[in-house]
Amino acid sequence: MGTVLLLLGYFIGEYYSPGAGFGGMALAFILWAFMAFVSYSSGDSILLLASRAKEVTPKVHQQLFNVVEEIKIAANLPKMPKIYIIDEEAPNAFATGRNPENSAVAVTAGLLARLNRDELQGVIAHEIGHIRNRDILFVTMAGVTLGAIVLISQIFLRSMFFMGGHSRRTRSRSDSGGGQLQLIMVAAAIILAILAPIMAQMLYFALSRKREYLADATSARLTRYPEGLASALEKISKSNVEMKTANKATAPMYIVSPFVKVRQKMASWSSTHPPTEERIRILRNMMHGANYVDYQNAYNEVKGKSASLIPPSALEDKEKVEVRQRGEKLSAENKKRQKRDLDDLIRTVNKFAFVVCACGLKMKVPPEFKDDKVKCPRCGRDNPIPAPEIIAAAEAASRARKRPK
Amino acid sequence: MIIAIVVVALIVILGAMLVGMYNSLVRLRNQVDNAWSQIDVQLKRRHDLIPNLVETTKGYMKHERETLDSVTNARARAMGAGSVGEKAEAETELGSALNRFMLVVENYPDLKANQNFLALQEELTSTENKIAFARQGYNDQVLFYNNKIQMFPSNILAGMFNFGKREYFEIEDRGEREAPEVKF
Repeated sequence: MGTVLLLLGYFIGEYYSPGAGFGGMALAFILWAFMAFVSYSSGDSILLLASRAKEVTPKVHQQLFNVVEEIKIAANLPKMPKIYIIDEEAPNAFATGRNPENSAVAVTAGLLARLNRDELQGVIAHEIGHIRNRDILFVTMAGVTLGAIVLISQIFLRSMFFMGGHSRRTRSRSDSGGGQLQLIMVAAAIILAILAPIMAQMLYFALSRKREYLADATSARLTRYPEGLASALEKISKSNVEMKTANKATAPMYIVSPFVKVRQKMASWSSTHPPTEERIRILRNMMHGANYVDYQNAYNEVKGKSASLIPPSALEDKEKVEVRQRGEKLSAENKKRQKRDLDDLIRTVNKFAFVVCACGLKMKVPPEFKDDKVKCPRCGRDNPIPAPEIIAAAEAASRARKRPK
Repeated sequence: MIIAIVVVALIVILGAMLVGMYNSLVRLRNQVDNAWSQIDVQLKRRHDLIPNLVETTKGYMKHERETLDSVTNARARAMGAGSVGEKAEAETELGSALNRFMLVVENYPDLKANQNFLALQEELTSTENKIAFARQGYNDQVLFYNNKIQMFPSNILAGMFNFGKREYFEIEDRGEREAPEVKF
């Protein structure tokens, strides 16, 4: 992709003034470097901001913290990733951060409400797999290159439209000998400007899909339980709630494409994720073990062709990793309770206060509520509301206790 | 003259190699220690959780003194264990005592509805998982380190500076290899 970008710069440079091809290359590179710098230094905060994710304390969802810490140990990450919850009902998750030292995992409230412990573990292991394989940096850089290519092509094609004819005429008069060469250069620049974005996109999407498979394989290896991720993917893909905060730019970061339409469509060269159904089939085909080799074999079996998915160094790990048993019994799903848990979780993230009255009714008090007492709608008793300062102090205290570990 | 230079150069190169080898042995040994402390933290956490668990369940399980005692005793033994091998054995025992305990809990629906108990159960499950994952990491490190101190030429240095073999943290019971089946 970098080559495509530099070639594009070269031919456009040649087009504007013969011999300036390398100048064009340099300009394209500078533009790319600038974009790369911005997304390297603040890409994660932009993404978290765009998806309206909120950082949470262990008190909000202890299980999520436990699961992340388990996988952190399994993946041997140097530092615990920060944990964010996205205030959305659609089940989805993403990871971000340029390296394992500065990483973050974000999950939606809908995901937490729907998945059981094993499934959550599978999803978190997939995300931590992205962190450990440094996919985020990889995909971000590829995305930036794609962006730079599209930007340069657009500027070039538009400026051609307005003033292209003029510059060509003046040049052919001053330098008639190179006319033929000039024409070839012009043609190459135009063709490249049209084709480059398409080529770059195809490369980008293929890369993104391959990385998804790799993260799935890592998840199976870390948890030793491919079924967890498989059934999580099944639940996520069955959901038909649209994510409100996702857009085309952030889509490749999620575990499953956040768009319902894309999720249910067949794979094409323009999808960022492999078809979910296929990912589930591969995971369920891993009957002989949970190592990378087993994933590769299952992939070959399902796809009917072999592609080198996993870096050879990982395939050399011949150790047999046995699939473990299910961690907990699957409890009957209770839709109503699930909904209530989800609502409570979203309220906790949004700093609602919960007040339990003596009659047993649980009241949810929004943070805007100014009074220090709330009347119970069932029995009429007055209940004091813990002041937000107290809640904040308790949270800070629990955080301080956690730190010196 | 030339011979002297060659000899000096050889000595310097050899010295540098020895220093490098020694340093890599030290690094590996520290990695093993670090991996062990990861397990140790989680084992301590498990020991800390048990009195709480017993306290919470005591009121509900009046007729299960024996099960509760076996958990408490296994914990006491595990806390007193010294070497890695002893610890592994005592922890295996504690694990199976907890397993039996969780099976008994099945018969107490009231207990299973207790918020406090559910939180403890989640903590316990998580600690079991962390122990299992940390154990994988530790055993990998030990394998690496033991290979290094037994293979030529680093075994010479290891013998000179007392780099001893390390024990694996093995849990024999086949059923214990998995996290205990925690049921609701």
